[in-house]
Amino acid sequence: MSNNGRPLSPHLSIYRWPITMTLSILHRVTGVGLSVGFAVWAAWLFGAMLGAEAYAGLIAMLGTVVGKVLLIGWSFAFFFHLSNGIRHLVWDIGWGFEIGQANASAWFVLLTSIVLTGLFWWLQS
Amino acid sequence: MAEFRLPKNSRIVNGKHYAAAVGASNVRQFAVYRYDPSAKDNPRVDTYTVDMDSCGPMVLDALIKIKNEIDPTLTFRRSCREGICGSCAMNIDGSNTLACTLAIDSVKGDVKIYPLPHLPVVKDLVPDLTDFYAQYASIKPWLQTRTVPPAGQERLQSKDDQELIDDPAACILCACCSTACPSYWWNSDRFLGPAALLASYRWLVDSRDEAADERLDDLEDSFRLYRCHTIMNCTQACPKGLNPAKAIAATKKMLVERKL
Repeated sequence: MSNNGRPLSPHLSIYRWPITMTLSILHRVTGVGLSVGFAVWAAWLFGAMLGAEAYAGLIAMLGTVVGKVLLIGWSFAFFFHLSNGIRHLVWDIGWGFEIGQANASAWFVLLTSIVLTGLFWWLQS
Repeated sequence: MAEFRLPKNSRIVNGKHYAAAVGASNVRQFAVYRYDPSAKDNPRVDTYTVDMDSCGPMVLDALIKIKNEIDPTLTFRRSCREGICGSCAMNIDGSNTLACTLAIDSVKGDVKIYPLPHLPVVKDLVPDLTDFYAQYASIKPWLQTRTVPPAGQERLQSKDDQELIDDPAACILCACCSTACPSYWWNSDRFLGPAALLASYRWLVDSRDEAADERLDDLEDSFRLYRCHTIMNCTQACPKGLNPAKAIAATKKMLVERKL
């Protein structure tokens, strides 16, 4: 687009994010996060294949604070992407497009994925 | 690839402050984006203190008062001042809306006013909407028929059929929705945007139009239609209470149903 040297009006820096916009970008971020997480999962399988010593090393690494935060983040990414994916499927059949409905389903998905993540780790402990 | 930062010539610098008239006690601050194409300076934000005791209730009233009484160089589009022309669309308090239908009282704190987002700025609050109108023209916003009209009368519609187009035909093309859409920000050269897609839907559901297949052919494109990711900013922003997101979803459904 040629703009004759005109400045571009500000966008991200001035826009007030509706909750639906926040969930949309979170859907993409968690999607990328899940892909990266699969590399960790592959490493876990690879470690198991290499033998007890390598496996123990990997488990120790994942057991550190940083490892735990990443794992919790990955599980949240999973539950969020799953719940919001279902929200998108409901949209695809044409339901839930009124602003009140879209905002409510956004909060519902966010809370659901937080609760599921908590439940998942509570069942582990 | 999306460019998230503003180009160097577009970054905002601090502007001037204009104090209220002497003796004003009930005042509000208006922070307004300014760009003067005849100076070579970057855009700036000027703040105006406005006496609310002698100002109308809407944001547009304040802008007109500023232009009349404080700073005649302030430039913005306005016409009908009743939400039907769409001229005074701008970003107020972080959301796109019409300055004439937004009450100043509904904004907390300073009233921040910017042009519609991610567009080339002609001057101050006046953006260049050339591409936006070209996108509208590209969806062929007129009745297309193949059959001969019934002799001696217009092509009639049932009341139910008319109701299908009531809402989408109420669009005033103010561009609030399209310029609220992040997909449109990053891909406005190829994505049609919610306004043009809502207009397209208006003709797709028109019982008298006979070009639905060609219209759908034109839309079936990973950018023109499918850059919509249901972010919902369009519907959240529409000052007429219309629902472009729903219309786009319905259009996607038509494309699926056509294949079945």
